Amino acid sequence: MIDQIIFYTLAFIIVAMSLMVILARNAVRSALYLISALLGFAALYIRLQAELLAGVQILVYVGGIMVLFLFVIMLVSVRTMEHQARQTRQWKAAVVIALGVAAELIYLIVRGGSIFVTKQPPDALLTKSQNTQVVGEALYSTYLLPFEIASVLLLVAMIGAVVLAKKKI
Amino acid sequence: MIPVQHYLVLAAGLFSIGAIGVLVKRNVLTMFMCIELMLNAVNLTFVAFSRHLGRIDGQIFVFFVMTVAAAEAAVGLAIIVALYRNRETLNVDEASSMKW
Repeated sequence: MIDQIIFYTLAFIIVAMSLMVILARNAVRSALYLISALLGFAALYIRLQAELLAGVQILVYVGGIMVLFLFVIMLVSVRTMEHQARQTRQWKAAVVIALGVAAELIYLIVRGGSIFVTKQPPDALLTKSQNTQVVGEALYSTYLLPFEIASVLLLVAMIGAVVLAKKKI
Repeated sequence: MIPVQHYLVLAAGLFSIGAIGVLVKRNVLTMFMCIELMLNAVNLTFVAFSRHLGRIDGQIFVFFVMTVAAAEAAVGLAIIVALYRNRETLNVDEASSMKW
């Protein structure tokens, strides 16, 4: 019972904050609402026994990416944004398409409910030891090559960002 | 114990909210935020299935998605800064010289 209460409260908070991201007129407010939504995601990860991911979510998304967003928002003038048209003319078509996709996804998930058997999950792997230890072992053994490729990707992104944002190279 | 469908429905709804934002908003910064929201909805699906199946692979994938999201945010924001410096605008409709 307490599980349901926590889950639905968090779900309501996340959905409300995500809607406010779209509905807010000011980009700074959008960013702040998105930060709230991301914190809700972190809480859901804790409920799903992914404690390390919850920490990484807060550190990387809220502490890194969103702060970067706020820096750029402050860098470009906020007044420029306010005077420009906020919404495109084809917003009706966009809403219809997106709602269609949402209805389709939800229909498939609800009708396909029988394949997601609700049973007590096999906890052997997830609770054998601490979550961080399990993730670390998998990351440095099975997923070693993707891990290294990800580091190269980050290097490339860093160089690209410096080159793009610099006035004169 | 919440059934996995509830997480999937929540993630699908959040993904759709993000998609609406990308399609409707014209401010390139807000569009970027909506893309982050869509990525997080996918991450939630991964973690929910990881819990449901009792396997760790879903959480590893979330790490890689976060890596790509960080790289994307860095490069994208650099592009936005360059766009603002050259055009003095953040409206995507006014930056259409590469459109066919």
